[in-house]
Amino acid sequence: MNVVRHLAPQDHIWLKMNKSFVFLSLVIFVILSGCTKPGLGLISTIKTSQFTSPDKPSTLPATLPAKHTLMVFAAASLTGAFQEIGKNFEMTNPGVSINFNFAGSQILRTQLEQGALADVFASADHKNMDLLITENLVAGNTYQDFATNQLVVILPPGNPGDVQTLRDLARPNLKVILADASVPAGNYARQILSNMSKDPEFGADFSEKVLANVVSNETDVKQVVTKVELGEADAGIVYTSDSIASPDLLTISIPDNFNVIASYPIASLTSAPEPQLATAFVAYVTSPAGQAVLIKWGFSPGSQ
Amino acid sequence: MKLTPRFFDRTTTDGSPGWEFILPSLILLSLIGLPILALIWRSFNIETFKFAISESAVNALKLSLITSIVSVILSLVSGTPLAYIQVHWKFRGKALLDLLVDLPVVLPPSVAGIALLLAFGREGLFGAMLNKIGITLPFTSVAVIMAQVFVSAPLLVRSARIGFAAIDPQLEEAAKVEGATNWNVFRLIMLPLAGRALLTGVILSWTRALGEFGATLLFAGNLEGKTQTMPLAIYIGFEQGLGIALVLSVILLAVSLVLLTFLRKLELQSQH
Repeated sequence: MNVVRHLAPQDHIWLKMNKSFVFLSLVIFVILSGCTKPGLGLISTIKTSQFTSPDKPSTLPATLPAKHTLMVFAAASLTGAFQEIGKNFEMTNPGVSINFNFAGSQILRTQLEQGALADVFASADHKNMDLLITENLVAGNTYQDFATNQLVVILPPGNPGDVQTLRDLARPNLKVILADASVPAGNYARQILSNMSKDPEFGADFSEKVLANVVSNETDVKQVVTKVELGEADAGIVYTSDSIASPDLLTISIPDNFNVIASYPIASLTSAPEPQLATAFVAYVTSPAGQAVLIKWGFSPGSQ
Repeated sequence: MKLTPRFFDRTTTDGSPGWEFILPSLILLSLIGLPILALIWRSFNIETFKFAISESAVNALKLSLITSIVSVILSLVSGTPLAYIQVHWKFRGKALLDLLVDLPVVLPPSVAGIALLLAFGREGLFGAMLNKIGITLPFTSVAVIMAQVFVSAPLLVRSARIGFAAIDPQLEEAAKVEGATNWNVFRLIMLPLAGRALLTGVILSWTRALGEFGATLLFAGNLEGKTQTMPLAIYIGFEQGLGIALVLSVILLAVSLVLLTFLRKLELQSQH
């Protein structure tokens, strides 16, 4: 074929280059393997330096024990509140740094089941926490409810869908975004819709009509907030705390008789690398100082 | 390690590798091979296959096949002329054009998703105009296809470019001397000669479109039967239990393997 004939001269150059390349990499390999010990030493120094001084340059004297790092897995809806609580906790406990992993509670639970290492798990529902207890990842009944949340309908700034009442959610061709049914917020939203369907004011097919308007089932509640905020949909159902964290959003409150009270459990994990610190963090979240932050972010105090 | 002359002789003359090459290679091979093995191993379970016929799995499979085929056709129809222009024309700003076309290959898909949303979202730069004439793109199957074309078409264009560039320019000149029009040169000479490169591009971009996840999730959302492609169904399924995610993963793995094998055959043929 033509193409092949044309490439032939280049192939020769390639072969030559290949040979010298093989030679060169060989030389490098020999040099590297010749100094195995210093090489390994280099790697281990990098590792220890990473452990002793994580991202923030420490102002502490070097004589203090190595820094402790606490890994907290928390529901996406807790993002703002827990970041603030984390900062306060770090300030009151010098030498401690907290890493957060925020995602849908069901994602976090799956990650923990697959062996992710964490010290504390804060879930947006009991279902995911209870599953971890049956799997012995959380010690039975050690968890406490530290906050409650309710749900609210959010509308983008400017209300492009002209949603005035809850009944408007069932209007044909309205674009509604919910969290997926596997996400606690999505599950609660569906419970609320079915509660409303039992009321003759909304009609038995209300839930069905609203669910027919759903254009996307997002993987966590914050995705619902962002997409409604961008105006990609006319309405969404999220936590009250989410609407407080995004003040641009318009809201329609859901009456208590339809609403769901989501209680958030927190617990330290049985395989926590830092069990004492985990207990201290859980105690801090349930203390008046922690509760004050949660209230500021739109949560209600836990039912203890 | 001994630096015997024989060692050097062997590697420089016929290039057959020793353990110095085999051991490092094994690290990479086990990193790639072991997860694939685990995936196949865990799927050998009658229980999991009841998920294969579940409605959402079938819906995701159907949607993935349809959208990725449409994506490839769109990429082929619009990407081939673009590649031809890139190879045959010289103009100001061509370097910039080349850069733009290659950008999605290195761009993280999540960035692509946000960019698509900001451009074609309902309140986006151009989406707002489209919305006025009654077209909304986000959360539709069209959005899925747009996300797939964005990330996969550049692979096809790159491959087509290589194909066109390998054709002897004299062939084209000769045809033009004989009085062939531009279109006829393209249709009768360039396309057949670059056919294999184009087919390679089609397969590469098809596999990429099938696997598209990040841009789709951000721009098209997740709705079964409409925007929930196989990678999204795998992600959602993973949270509900391993079963459905596992079966879908194995199906995607099989499809990818078939396409890759075909690709290898093409490459081998073009070497003879």
